[in-house]
Amino acid sequence: MTNLEKYDQLFIKDLRVKKEDLEDLKYRGISTWDSMGHMDLVTDLEEVFDIHFNTADVMNFSSYEKGKEVMKKYGVMI
Amino acid sequence: MMIGEMSEEKGKIDMDYEMILARKPYSLCRAEKRELFGDWLTELTEYHRQHCPPYEKLLKALEIPSGRSMEEEDIPMLPIGLFKSMELMSVHPGHIFKTMTSSGTKGQEVSKVFLDTDTARYQQLALAGIGEDFFGDQRLPLLVIDSPDVLKDRKMFSARGAGILGFSIFSSHICYALTSDMELDTEAVEGFLKRYKDTRVLVFGFTYIIWKYFYEALAIQGKKLELDNAVLVHGGGWKKLISQSVSSDEFKKRIYSVTGISRIHNYYGMAEQTGCIYMECPCGNLHASVYSDIITRRAADFTPCEYGEKGIIQILSPLPRSYPGHSILTEDEGIIIGEDDCLCGRLGKYFKVTGRIKHAPVRGCSDTYEG
Repeated sequence: MTNLEKYDQLFIKDLRVKKEDLEDLKYRGISTWDSMGHMDLVTDLEEVFDIHFNTADVMNFSSYEKGKEVMKKYGVMI
Repeated sequence: MMIGEMSEEKGKIDMDYEMILARKPYSLCRAEKRELFGDWLTELTEYHRQHCPPYEKLLKALEIPSGRSMEEEDIPMLPIGLFKSMELMSVHPGHIFKTMTSSGTKGQEVSKVFLDTDTARYQQLALAGIGEDFFGDQRLPLLVIDSPDVLKDRKMFSARGAGILGFSIFSSHICYALTSDMELDTEAVEGFLKRYKDTRVLVFGFTYIIWKYFYEALAIQGKKLELDNAVLVHGGGWKKLISQSVSSDEFKKRIYSVTGISRIHNYYGMAEQTGCIYMECPCGNLHASVYSDIITRRAADFTPCEYGEKGIIQILSPLPRSYPGHSILTEDEGIIIGEDDCLCGRLGKYFKVTGRIKHAPVRGCSDTYEG
């Protein structure tokens, strides 16, 4: 599985969304991406990619697209 | 108002939020803060007047004129009880992203606080800023002294649930120390301790719950946990412990005796102004951050108290934008000790909370558990 596939899968599982909705997805843009959904997603991303975000980057992870930039900072190319 | 003017106005206010949220939480000196908060809260009062009809009606009834530039002390304040009896919001109901409730004791009405995505974001960033100042920016394993059931209802968070979720941004791995029945989950706690034996960890919970379901359970079992590396953060009020004659010092001593935790921070905060909590510094003082401020007032005529004089606590914060909660008169009493000169080095007012005002309905901030 590619990094993008893994990345997408976690969004689909944790935020209960469809693949076609991913692109425009924003933190607090849908009811399932609330702070609880956010923490689930962050925890899973850390586990699957074996990284550890700092607090600022948990907050910077504000959309599906923005998340890719944050992942890059931790050496994960999506 | 022209559309151009309106977006310009919104643009300026948005800029203020980004500016304050980008600042270090204890970096505004008295003169700067007075000016910023006077102007900003004046603007917000106008904003809520225009967007929350019941608020407008209240200010009219109180004969508070519109369009006047105010100092922080002149900003009209809503008694905290109003958030129980009225549904106050300054956005269209369709834009409410989350409703937060204070967990009142049984049979009591709860406050309802309506958050849109902007206000929810401001609050989370404020809490992140405050937390970072105290625990650093590396997220730590978190032991929550509560039951995971507190977060069952996702649309309506209690203050307890919101506190746990808020603190979870500082954490990398969460472990709940209590079961659904509020019993100590020994297996989970021991697993957590083993896994993070030599790591700094964060322990978070509500004061009364920590006392009753964590401390007492450990004391009865004669158990001692190895949590020497932990920082404990607790909040939610003392009133239940005061009635059992447990002081802050006693609390710290007893917690230390069963866990070995020596870094213990109390905080003061409430559902009606989430995020901008007042953390206790190593000198034992609660601190107002750049995201909020406090004033104490005399019960006789509501004039502001001098430093060192006990009064009713008023809390002010520009963060509440989706509801008119920017200036609230609480039912707590406290003493402001000083401003900008606490020995810990943090700028802003520092204070102590001494208890509840007399005759205030006994209200659980977040420390209430029906059991």
